[in-house]
Amino acid sequence: MIVLWTDALIFLLIAIMIGLGFYMRGKEHFRRPFRQIAASRSGMVSLTVLLFFVLVGVLDSIHFKASGDDGYDVISVLDYWAAPLRRQGEKTYSAPFAAFGYGKEMITLDGGATRWDYPRLKYGGAHLADPERQLAGDVLKKAAYGLFQGASLCAFFLLMLWGIFAARQKRFLYGSAPAKSALAVGFGIVTAGYMLCYLSSYYHVLGTDKVGEDVFYQTIKSIRTGLVIGTLTTLIMLPMAILFGILAGFFQGWIDDVIQYVYTTLNSIPGVLLIAASILMVQVYMANHEEAFTSVVVRADMRLLFLCMILGVTSWTGLCRLLRAETLKLREMEYVKAAEALGVKQGAILARHILPNVMHIVLISVVLDFSALVLAEAVLSYINIGVDPTTYSWGNMINGARLEMAREPVVWWSLAAAFVFMFILVLAANLFADVVQDAFDPRRSGNVSSE
Amino acid sequence: MTTPLLSVQNLSVAFNCRQKVVDCINFLINPGETFALVGESGSGKSITALSVLRLLPDSARMSADSITLNGDNLLAHSELDLCEIRGRRIGLIFQDPMSSLNPVMTVGRQIAEVLESHFSLPKAAVRERVLELMRQVEIPNPEQRINDYPHQFSGGQRQRVMIAIALAGRPELLIADEPTTSLDVTIQAQILVLLKNIQKQTGMALWLISHDLALVSTLADRVAVMQQGKIVETGALPDFFEQPKHPYTQKLLQALPSMQSCLAHQPREAPPLLKVDDFRCYYPIRKGLFKRVVDYVRAVDGVSFTIPRGKTLALVGESGCGKTTLGKALLNLIPGGAGRVLLDGVDFGQLRGEALRQKRADMQIVFQDPFSSMNPRMLVGDIVAEGIRALHPGTGADARREKVRQLLEQVGLPADAAERYPHEFSGGQRQRICIARALAVDPKLIVCDEPTSALDVSVQAQIIELLKTLQREKNVSYLFITHDLAVVAEIADEVAVMYRGRIVEHGDVKQVLMEPRHDYTRKLLAAAPVLEVS
Repeated sequence: MIVLWTDALIFLLIAIMIGLGFYMRGKEHFRRPFRQIAASRSGMVSLTVLLFFVLVGVLDSIHFKASGDDGYDVISVLDYWAAPLRRQGEKTYSAPFAAFGYGKEMITLDGGATRWDYPRLKYGGAHLADPERQLAGDVLKKAAYGLFQGASLCAFFLLMLWGIFAARQKRFLYGSAPAKSALAVGFGIVTAGYMLCYLSSYYHVLGTDKVGEDVFYQTIKSIRTGLVIGTLTTLIMLPMAILFGILAGFFQGWIDDVIQYVYTTLNSIPGVLLIAASILMVQVYMANHEEAFTSVVVRADMRLLFLCMILGVTSWTGLCRLLRAETLKLREMEYVKAAEALGVKQGAILARHILPNVMHIVLISVVLDFSALVLAEAVLSYINIGVDPTTYSWGNMINGARLEMAREPVVWWSLAAAFVFMFILVLAANLFADVVQDAFDPRRSGNVSSE
Repeated sequence: MTTPLLSVQNLSVAFNCRQKVVDCINFLINPGETFALVGESGSGKSITALSVLRLLPDSARMSADSITLNGDNLLAHSELDLCEIRGRRIGLIFQDPMSSLNPVMTVGRQIAEVLESHFSLPKAAVRERVLELMRQVEIPNPEQRINDYPHQFSGGQRQRVMIAIALAGRPELLIADEPTTSLDVTIQAQILVLLKNIQKQTGMALWLISHDLALVSTLADRVAVMQQGKIVETGALPDFFEQPKHPYTQKLLQALPSMQSCLAHQPREAPPLLKVDDFRCYYPIRKGLFKRVVDYVRAVDGVSFTIPRGKTLALVGESGCGKTTLGKALLNLIPGGAGRVLLDGVDFGQLRGEALRQKRADMQIVFQDPFSSMNPRMLVGDIVAEGIRALHPGTGADARREKVRQLLEQVGLPADAAERYPHEFSGGQRQRICIARALAVDPKLIVCDEPTSALDVSVQAQIIELLKTLQREKNVSYLFITHDLAVVAEIADEVAVMYRGRIVEHGDVKQVLMEPRHDYTRKLLAAAPVLEVS
């Protein structure tokens, strides 16, 4: 097993989340908003969708050394399972569910003669004897079969779980509408996912790109990139934002001046310029230390990590400002004054009275920032200062597809696939952010702590 | 018998499947009379007023057999028709004059807005009527002030503007929801006189909603007492206060702090504990490019007093006189204090850093607002133990827990309170926790900054009793900051009256309250509404 830098940080992030979960379990003021989230239908549904994205991302983050004949040096569990998708490349573009190529080319017939026609694809629909007549029927048949298999598999698992669950959980699932919706969405995703996988072994369900690579595979691989950008950036930005924000708000005076000066300066440098400069820097660094970055995957990963870092460094100012303002308000609160009168040291006041009371802002802004960052990645890759061109990402897919938009007939599937997946992820994240915001905002009804 | 102006029958209001906040109440308001609805906070009196105007929040469910205004059934009106009634036939004054005016509109426009929405008048006539209204509420120089913004008015004047807005529609009924609660006593007296005069001039009915029985007794014709959503007793003044029938009313009247209680006070000699000498708290006003100091705000301007050991000094004054600033600056909680503060021979004014932190235990503070003075994210046990942990780090966990248990018992809280969060407690209980927190480090002096003014009368009486008991047991001194003279009479040994940053009168409680020497003290005493119960 090989642990890349971003993998390590993802695992660290998961560990932190689990740790926080255990910490919050014992605290009533955290349990209440979480119960509110659990009681919200859109919250539970978007959480289910997000969890599936996370699952794919995590599977794609467990890397190991491939066996010699694989062609890639480092692959992930997802790559391993999706080996057919990865290997069954065509020569160039093909439309979704096509059995023939997208452009005409010279075909050498058996007898040595040549013909100018659409070529049969090497893998897509290869099992059909007469694709022109059989194709539509076969796709429908296989889809129905896949759907049925997926559904029965799901149902089987559900029944098994039903046996394992205690009566209390059963009642929870049975009695609560949000849980039922979440379950239904989960069921739908697994079934549809199974169907797509089943179909993928016969067809290119989302077509192929310029070099004949399966677009479905690219889209799935891009999930990890999106998640890494969305989460690791926050991980890098959070300590800075929290530390500086709270210090500036609490101590005021010259500390406040310095911190404010730093973030005002940072804010006034165009972010894109800063990102472009640092990406160039890291490329130069890797070129100079070639012996440390032998593998393509390691290089791409390094660049991804660096992009996260630089995005983190440029984006902490917003949250920092919010936290400074909140701390300014909190430090005048009477419980802080009372602690001061009791001789509590300043460090303890910060840790015990200020930090826990700004955590709801941190939580809300983390979830909100996530979707903005996923979109930012797409934009940055589009102007070529994002992730490495060899990294699968929605931005790269869109970037690659943009020239083909002018082609007649248009090659639309790369763009559409990237768009749909990104849209689902960002929509789910935004819906979830709304619910989180409602649940944790003390001014909303339901969890007014001063009642 | 005349037909009632407003008649409400079987009104109930409930919030989302919780208990009813207003429970089947009936009452009448006759034309031209002053009807007072009295109750403690949370008894549902404001909700009752809002439900008559149908201004309840969305989560509220209301039901009533009938609500009629002059024979006109309000329940039958659509929302659109009701807009015609609000402001036109029923005027409303809210509690807080600071937040009920729009800060970016001139007061003239805000009064004119009501006129324009209810009457079609030419522009000149609107202006004339606005000026007339401003004259009616006794705002000086209305011609000049009509174009001023709310921040240019003082709190009392803003409340006058609010009254002018409410009067603009020439209402038959004026609802005043705690109209003077956020104002000083002297201003309060002026506003009450104004309301009485206007009522006399216009003949409208006044529906006064208040928690203050003393205030109600000076103004109302009839009184209804509300408890937990029900009207428990209705009666006409003066009988009402002389022969209250319902036990709750009797309890309320008994809990009222009384000025007479200071008569029993016997001055006793005690050695001085705190000596404050020429204490000042100046804040610089900076102007210009280089932030030159051009002048100072003299929040506390040369104050000297002593507090004997085990005694209570009450610091009385209106808002803005510097009494809270003085309290906080004595504890070094806000910067800017200067002067000698000798507590048991140690000069607190000279202490800095770690030395000050170690000495903090001697002087503690209890704040006014029991809701914001505890960290909502901490268990009560941890809150009380915080001082022990900070100042006696050597104390073991078991000893600390035992001490917290004792303290909670002393302030009259159940032992399991330590394992709960502050929001699970009522205002009075929270104030008890705050007192326990202050006591945890065995202070010699506790600064009580209006500890009872956010509490209901009956709870206030309990807290005062608790403070007195603790003083007897622990011989701790209090600097009791308040604006309520009746509370002073209950608890203080000595009184200092503060006016514009200075102490204008200082003496024994009986002397200051019964034979005041300074004009300002006399003015304060005259303005305070007093209700003496036999």
